[in-house]
Amino acid sequence: MYISIEKVSKAFTLKDKSTLTVLDKVDLYIKEGESICLLGPSGCGKSTLLNLIAGFDTPSTGTIKIDGDTVTQPSIDRIVIFQNYGLLPWRNVIKNVELGLEAKKLKRKERRRIAEEYIKLVGLSDYKKHHPPQLSGGMQQRVALARALAVEPKILLMDEPFGALDAMTRMHMQDEIERIWQEKKKTIIFVTHDIEEAVFLADRIVIMTPSPGRVKTIIEVPLPRKRDRTSLDFLKIKDKVFTEFNLK
Amino acid sequence: MGKIVKVLKVISSLALFVGIWELIVLTGRYEPSLLPSPVKVLEGMGELVKDGTLITHFKVSLSRFITGYAMAIITGISLGLVLGYNKKVWEFVEPVVQLLRPVSPIAWFPFIVLWFGIGDVPAIIIIFIAGFFPTLLSTVSGVRKVDPVYLNVANNFGIRQPHLLFKIILPAAFPMIANGLHIALGTAWVFLVAGEMVGAQSGLGYLIIDSRNSLRSDLVLAGIIFIGISGLVLDRLIKLL
Ligand SMILES: Nc1ncnc2c1ncn2[C@@H]1O[C@H](COP(=O)(O)OP(=O)(O)OP(=O)(O)O)[C@@H](O)[C@H]1O
Ligand SMILES: [Mg+2]
Repeated sequence: MYISIEKVSKAFTLKDKSTLTVLDKVDLYIKEGESICLLGPSGCGKSTLLNLIAGFDTPSTGTIKIDGDTVTQPSIDRIVIFQNYGLLPWRNVIKNVELGLEAKKLKRKERRRIAEEYIKLVGLSDYKKHHPPQLSGGMQQRVALARALAVEPKILLMDEPFGALDAMTRMHMQDEIERIWQEKKKTIIFVTHDIEEAVFLADRIVIMTPSPGRVKTIIEVPLPRKRDRTSLDFLKIKDKVFTEFNLK
Repeated sequence: MGKIVKVLKVISSLALFVGIWELIVLTGRYEPSLLPSPVKVLEGMGELVKDGTLITHFKVSLSRFITGYAMAIITGISLGLVLGYNKKVWEFVEPVVQLLRPVSPIAWFPFIVLWFGIGDVPAIIIIFIAGFFPTLLSTVSGVRKVDPVYLNVANNFGIRQPHLLFKIILPAAFPMIANGLHIALGTAWVFLVAGEMVGAQSGLGYLIIDSRNSLRSDLVLAGIIFIGISGLVLDRLIKLL
């Protein structure tokens, strides 16, 4: 298995010395190139799990292995796209995209070339010299995406990437991610609260229990790409997810 | 249009001030040496400009100021970066800083003279002390307030020290640091004059003491006006940066 999450638990020690168990023996196996969505009630530990996979934090018990190696720290092979994008406001678009390339010790010209290529991929070639605060939320999201893709990570981790966008922009971004995912063959793990988004993007939807988080069910989405949000099969799967959440 | 109105406002405010001053001089029975008239002061200013006294003293003051201020911002920013980044060390150092900060730089004067003698150095040290604390404190708090998301991003992309400092921390903290530099500039200019009044044989502060010693209150006021103007110009200059 490419990513294997084995009996991972995470507990935090709170200020009053009590412990809060956030994740309880989570088992999850992800294939290379898969698109996985984590879905669950607020506070069930989705962000925590994503942070553990990214290596920003370590499990209390259990292990996370990627390609056989235990995750102990962040790596440029696994890039996180944060909900507020994490762009550097003092750098313009192209310099933001170059950030990760700078650590890769590439020549300046080469950096520029790669950055421009990825800015083109997300359709922002006309905004290279703009600074993040001058861009709309959707555009900032694209910059973050270009910056992440530019270092050619094997895995993309996204925590509610479209949470702050309006419905239309959101659907455009979903199309964009879908297109890029098909083109670049990444393994994608993303968190969302939007059931339609989950059905549109994921190969498998991992539904988690309320706190402490455990894997409740995994729903396969065997629909061909690119998915039609209004087709009957699409709605059937959406229905299944709603049922899991007792929302029907 | 708005600009013209603004200029007119400034001119009328100054004119009103000078007018009241002149009125007081005319109606009151003050000794001219206690309150010289605006005309007298203007003549004094002309005198100082013409015979080159002003420019000589101004140059001396400015070079002391630049030296002291540069020392203050270099040490203030570099120490601030280190201390802001090392929480433990800062917690240890902070009480001492907070204790020393409210002390007027002039209070150090006896020691400064003992350690550094007289001449340019005491004034420079006083400017240094005056500029150092605002720079240090704003840098430390700027560094400590860097959004942790930026640090996570840097960590994720494999950016390590010293690049982390120059690419992430310094630019993220820069708005606060710049604010501190601005405050430091004003404070340092105030204490430049004070420093020159107690220790120096030249400079704008000395010009005032010297004028007092020769009982020329018009020149004292002329000196004060020059100090005000140059302080204002410096303040505007750093705002442009
Ligand atoms: N560093 C921490 N220290 C203490 N408690 C934490 C910490 N990080 C997260 N928690 C707690 O862990 C629980 C799960 O948090 P997490 O952010 O993973 O939830 P989530 O599923 O992402 O929720 P949401 O959907 O609202 O984003 C919450 O109760 C949160 O308060
Ligand atoms: Mg979350």
